[in-house]
Amino acid sequence: MKDKQLIVNAIKNGTVIDHIPAKHLFKVISILNLENIDSQITFGTNLESKKLGSKAIVKIADKYFLDDEINKIALVAPQAKLNIIRDYEVVEKRVVEVPDSIVGIVKCVNPKCITNYEEVITKFSVVSKNEVSLKCYYCEKLTHQDQMVIK
Amino acid sequence: MKSLVSITDYSKEEYLKILTLAAEFEKNPDQEILKGKLIATLFFEPSTRTRLSFETAVNRLNGRVIGFSDASSSSVTKGETIKDTIKMVTNYVDLIIIRHPIEGAARYASEMASVPVINAGDGANQHPSQTLLDLYSIQKTQGRLNDLNVFIIGDLKYGRTVHSLLMAMSHFSPTFYFISPDELRIPREYLWFLDQHKIKYYEYKDFMPIISQADIIYMTRVQKERFSDPIEYEKTKNAYILRNSMLETTRPNMKILHPLPRVNEINLDVDDNPKAYYFTQALNGVYVRQAIISYILGLK
Repeated sequence: MKDKQLIVNAIKNGTVIDHIPAKHLFKVISILNLENIDSQITFGTNLESKKLGSKAIVKIADKYFLDDEINKIALVAPQAKLNIIRDYEVVEKRVVEVPDSIVGIVKCVNPKCITNYEEVITKFSVVSKNEVSLKCYYCEKLTHQDQMVIK
Repeated sequence: MKSLVSITDYSKEEYLKILTLAAEFEKNPDQEILKGKLIATLFFEPSTRTRLSFETAVNRLNGRVIGFSDASSSSVTKGETIKDTIKMVTNYVDLIIIRHPIEGAARYASEMASVPVINAGDGANQHPSQTLLDLYSIQKTQGRLNDLNVFIIGDLKYGRTVHSLLMAMSHFSPTFYFISPDELRIPREYLWFLDQHKIKYYEYKDFMPIISQADIIYMTRVQKERFSDPIEYEKTKNAYILRNSMLETTRPNMKILHPLPRVNEINLDVDDNPKAYYFTQALNGVYVRQAIISYILGLK
């Protein structure tokens, strides 16, 4: 029987995000608001990874992200690597870094917080980056990495 | 425009400025500096002490007060949001004083308002005017704020006054003695905070062996509902009740503070001891709130 292989084309220009934990692919899509991008996007998930066990990859044609935009995914994919592609060549490799503050995206863990009662956009300062820990601007409670719920 | 939502909004210099103003108001509490000013007290949950203290402060300075003392007499019962209430009231007044059971409500109100906001308590989060009156009471009774042995006894896990006091006092190199049952120990993030600021602290389950070292005893209430195991509560409850007979070996300068209301954690026989300071502490609240209001409105 002939081996069949689906070939995902390389992109000419754009961004490849590699080393996303497979279980967080859809969170990354949501954080980067990819559903509202018109250019061609290719996703691969449950791919073998020595580091992560199983990983996901996203290729977005004709799109480059600002640091502030892309760093948000560090909350769910701290080991993600970015390849910036121009004319089929990787011209730059970047890692993501947890930003100093987070607006929106994460839900405050405190059920008594105003952000869980009224339509208030959450705001956090990042108090720890290794084991991510966020301090709510409103109720001042900490949301730790293992409690984090992406909105 | 400067609101007071969290004790960390203000610097050490601002605390000291407010304490100096409070001492002036204590000498001369009746003044006209709020004449022509209208202050809103929006109390979305009932509070006797804090509301009366703020309203006394405003009235003694010849300001006027509008507001409500419980959410059932406001449009909240019709489903009005905090945002809409604040957006409406902010057009009427010069200052908003808010108490709300939801944590972060005061910070949100300060974003929505075009006038300064004072947080008079937002759930278990912050109550900064209480903390400033605690500082004032400590300074007044000890003659200083620096290098004191501060005993904090009781519920150190949930007590918001404890957490704010700890952060405010950290500017004045105290030594803290935290005395609580295991279930109500001070949360680790506050211990990290003290480590970062190189503040000395000790944790104990019983205060009697060390009581002679205290300059300030800050009592809080140990509530039964905070315990997951009722047997544990029954075993420990008497260890956190202060009685007059326990005060014999205490320092002459030692004073007992309590944010009030008290239930049974300070026995009634302590009330007549000159070391009991909690009722004067409550009176100090009026002067401190006069100071906070006049500082925020730039009148002093």
